[in-house]
Amino acid sequence: MSKNIIIDGLTVPFQEGQTIMDAAMAAGLYIPHLCHNPEFKPHGSCKLCTVNVNGRNVASCTMPAAEGQQVLNDIAELNAERLALTQMLFVEGNHLCPACEKSGNCNLQGVAYYLGMMSPHYNHFYPAREVDASHPDILLDRNRCIYCELCVRASRDVDGKNVFGLTDRGIMTRLIVNATSGLLGDTSLAATDKAAQVCPTGALLVKRKGFAVPIGSRIFDRHTIKDVQTGGSHE
Amino acid sequence: MSDRKIRVATCSLAGCFGCHMSLLDIDERLFGLLELVEFNRTPLTDIKHCGPCDVGLVEGGVCNAENVHVLKEFRKNCKILVAVGACAITGGLPAMRNNIDLWDCFQEVYQYEGGLEGGKVPNDPELPLPFDKVHPIYEVVKIDYFLPGCPPPADAFWRLLTDLLNGREPKLDYEMLHYD
Amino acid sequence: MQQFEFSDISRMLTPILARHGGDASRLLQVLLEVQDACHTIPSEAIDHIAAHFDVPRVNVEGVAGFYSFLSTRPVGEYRMLFSGNITDQMLGKDDLMQYLCNKLWVEPGKVSEDGLVSVDSTSCTGMCDQGPAALVNGWPLTSLDQNRLDLICELIRSRKPVAEWPPMLFEVVDNIRRSDALLGEPLVPGNGIRAVLTRGAKETLAEMDKSNLRGRGGAGFKTASKWSFCHAAIAEEEGSVICDINGHPERYIVCNADEGEPGTFKDRVLLNSYADLVFEGMTVGARVVGASKGFLYLRGEYRYLLEPLEKGLQKRREAGLLGDNILGKAGFSFDIEIHLGAGAYICGEESALIESLEGKRGRPRNRPPFPVTHGYKGRPTVVDNVETFACAAKIAEKGGAWFAAMGTAQSTGTKLLSISGDCASPGIYEYPFGVTVRQILADCGARDPYAVQVSGPSGAMISWKEFDRKIAFEDLPTAGAFMVFQRKRDPFQIALNFVHFFAHESCGFCTPCRVGTELQKKIMDKIASGHGTASDLEELKSLGHILKTMSHCGLGSSAANPVLDMLEKFPDAYERKLKELAFEPAFDLDGALETARKITGRDDDWAHL
Ligand SMILES: Cc1cc2nc3c(=O)[nH]c(=O)nc-3n(C[C@H](O)[C@H](O)[C@H](O)COP(=O)(O)O)c2cc1C
Ligand code: SF4
Ligand code: SF4
Ligand code: SF4
Ligand code: FES
Ligand code: FES
Repeated sequence: MSKNIIIDGLTVPFQEGQTIMDAAMAAGLYIPHLCHNPEFKPHGSCKLCTVNVNGRNVASCTMPAAEGQQVLNDIAELNAERLALTQMLFVEGNHLCPACEKSGNCNLQGVAYYLGMMSPHYNHFYPAREVDASHPDILLDRNRCIYCELCVRASRDVDGKNVFGLTDRGIMTRLIVNATSGLLGDTSLAATDKAAQVCPTGALLVKRKGFAVPIGSRIFDRHTIKDVQTGGSHE
Repeated sequence: MSDRKIRVATCSLAGCFGCHMSLLDIDERLFGLLELVEFNRTPLTDIKHCGPCDVGLVEGGVCNAENVHVLKEFRKNCKILVAVGACAITGGLPAMRNNIDLWDCFQEVYQYEGGLEGGKVPNDPELPLPFDKVHPIYEVVKIDYFLPGCPPPADAFWRLLTDLLNGREPKLDYEMLHYD
Repeated sequence: MQQFEFSDISRMLTPILARHGGDASRLLQVLLEVQDACHTIPSEAIDHIAAHFDVPRVNVEGVAGFYSFLSTRPVGEYRMLFSGNITDQMLGKDDLMQYLCNKLWVEPGKVSEDGLVSVDSTSCTGMCDQGPAALVNGWPLTSLDQNRLDLICELIRSRKPVAEWPPMLFEVVDNIRRSDALLGEPLVPGNGIRAVLTRGAKETLAEMDKSNLRGRGGAGFKTASKWSFCHAAIAEEEGSVICDINGHPERYIVCNADEGEPGTFKDRVLLNSYADLVFEGMTVGARVVGASKGFLYLRGEYRYLLEPLEKGLQKRREAGLLGDNILGKAGFSFDIEIHLGAGAYICGEESALIESLEGKRGRPRNRPPFPVTHGYKGRPTVVDNVETFACAAKIAEKGGAWFAAMGTAQSTGTKLLSISGDCASPGIYEYPFGVTVRQILADCGARDPYAVQVSGPSGAMISWKEFDRKIAFEDLPTAGAFMVFQRKRDPFQIALNFVHFFAHESCGFCTPCRVGTELQKKIMDKIASGHGTASDLEELKSLGHILKTMSHCGLGSSAANPVLDMLEKFPDAYERKLKELAFEPAFDLDGALETARKITGRDDDWAHL
């Protein structure tokens, strides 16, 4: 007999070992998320996927599904809180979308559009962060990093290279690369590595792919991130 | 809707006039709009100071002291103030200088480029004095509505203005909301 | 500034690495020694250490950057870190720090030009009863005043090694002011363990259950339940993944001596004068859950206790109270290893502590699974507070009923309070649970008390209207801090201090806390500088809500408590600081023109706002 959880009133089946996020995705339900990517071990840092389970808030991407869970997901209060987290991510970095090659294909943007973000609301930090163009094929622009550690996980768990990591802590947290020089060009990263492909934002970009698709015709210009990530259609 | 025309003012602070161009892009609908609104200070009318208005549309961020004077005048005179475009909302492209030391900016502009002011930094009080960093306008005055985009699409302008004219809470369709 | 040659580095590292062996869980301990030797973690050392432990360089650099006592940029040969708790501030810390800086010609947070000295603030060092306090190269300085700083200044200028400084500078006193069941009657070392061996492990767990002992580290989880979960986890995992070479599932006993909550210093006193009681409790726990290895995670601020504690462990080994066949019981093996922290409050959170024990960045894990089933190196692990283990030793000796007879029904036993602030006799007070705040204030000689911060910044600020409330899990739960504030103190300044503490200590893993604590700090700073408005208050409230409901761990979810308590209980404190206006710019407009004024040499009307 299959086990079930209830998400926003819908009965959703799950298998032992699945998280709430896994179960929701399998059922075609969208829970906003940024640091989660089903190809990798759950991480739980962005907190966008927070849902309310039996009265308590938990990150759905790390919380195992269990019989008897009453999950609230698509409700105004949670979406407002998710919007606030998204705005925090915008102001803590330097997100100048008009100048960003990822614009239109960026998950951070996609989530912000989905949640109806009209402004970043909070006061900007305008931190001084380093851009690393030393690698022949890959650009690392730390201004756009949201510390999701997808590149860290991909490099460690898939590529077996450990190219990326985090250092410092709190608001000073910083993405570092595995080289004494501190430069990406001195690491073993290759453009074909998984780590070079997984960044949800424009922090890690494969070079010389600029403007292949014009602004206005990109993924989230036409389709909501919900439709894209659940395979639903927008029209 | 009242019988009096809605008074609208616009201005460009640290912006590129792109948003104004996009506003004009509402094309023939502009004529319909002019039936309903009258423009006060705008770069389109040449009125130099903002009088009492219903709606103020501000393009561009705040990068110098003069921007603050203009912005405060708008806030004082406009019942509803709208931040228009990426620059007004996040600092936009002008904010790319935020990671560059102001000293270096000045040097680059006035001392390395031979000829300009004879390699000296000008100190004319007529020139607006720049801030350390470019800021979005909501960090300087209270803003009522935001119209993102670089520039916002003409349809978004149309929607915002018609919603406001009809006393509705402005709401953009998904396709009208973008940051680039 | 010192430059290190690669050969110097490797000469310095070789003995350190040899001493610590090849297990990467020793990484943090190695880095602490490197920091001591070089006053920084040189980049070449990172390469070397990474190669030694066979871990990626990024991991070593990540750890070196995480802990505030380590630094990848040089600090002074003499590194003075002033304790920044509110109680130190009230005792004049800010002026004293400036005084020392002026005397040494160094700016706070910077290193002097000759590299000799750096002066900075650090989070509470746990000396609130004898502040203002500081650390010099990790060693605690207490009761600082200008005279002592004059002397310190001389010692630094004459480059006298810290080990040769006058001992009176480093004197730390216990200040035990009230003893009860725990501190009153000393335990004969071994009596607790003997009782367990006579009674049996299961029966001891039953006594623990009967005692209804709840964890003293803050959360108040029932200790017997935690121990039995850990015990049960063994059975469940038997024969599966979690097995050591002998087919025995290894499990661990960890004593949480991170004591990072500002205003808390009772574990310091337990470790200084009652270490045997604590070790005995750990050994009792080991017998009950079946662990053969224990760790004591000692906060870096208490490293001065490391040698005495090691000696204490050695004495117990010699007395047959640790090691193999404890008290002659065949097969009963247990030993304790001490790990030092390195300046990170978050490492008091049990899963972050375990990460740190493993030699990693101290970031809280995702739960479930919980440490009782998947803790240190993935094995079942009990993490308990120092005081909890001390209680456990007593319960083992005297039985659960004896313990349960003290305190209240839901909060049995006694509680150690660390009392500091505006009172005549700061120090350690042991009370049966249920004592009123009013009683405590009378006993410690509080002067004109107005507010009390119970359980530190993450606890609750109570006002004079609530002084009849009781210290108990059912009313005012506490990990032990009790900071007294008299009427003349400004509750806003208190909240401001705590807000800075949380922003400094956020591990940065999750969005709400990483960004939220920083936003909270910026808004409080804005109000402090006289630019706050009503809209800033609304912002603080909504940030508080986000922190509480969306954070990954207890640090983030309690980081708004000081602000929310202040807003609720001391409205005067901030209302008089607010501007009449509804809105004020986020930044100082005129100040933001200063650079340009300097560059252009302008000072006309248009150059100001
Ligand atoms: C941010 C944070 C800091 C903590 N610091 C400590 C600490 O310094 N000492 C402590 O015993 N518990 C601390 N705790 C609680 C521990 O996570 C854990 O609950 C406790 O060690 C369990 O022991 P107990 O059951 O004996 O109280 C902290 C928790 C959080 C969230
Ligand atoms: S990473 Fe995304 S949000 Fe950031 S600037 Fe690029 S497109 Fe915008
Ligand atoms: S670079 Fe991209 S993938 Fe890596 S942590 Fe930053 S945002 Fe995530
Ligand atoms: S709440 Fe703060 S301390 Fe806890 S995991 Fe999140 S960032 Fe780290
Ligand atoms: S998607 Fe779950 S925390 Fe980021
Ligand atoms: S001027 Fe319109 S977005 Fe910059």
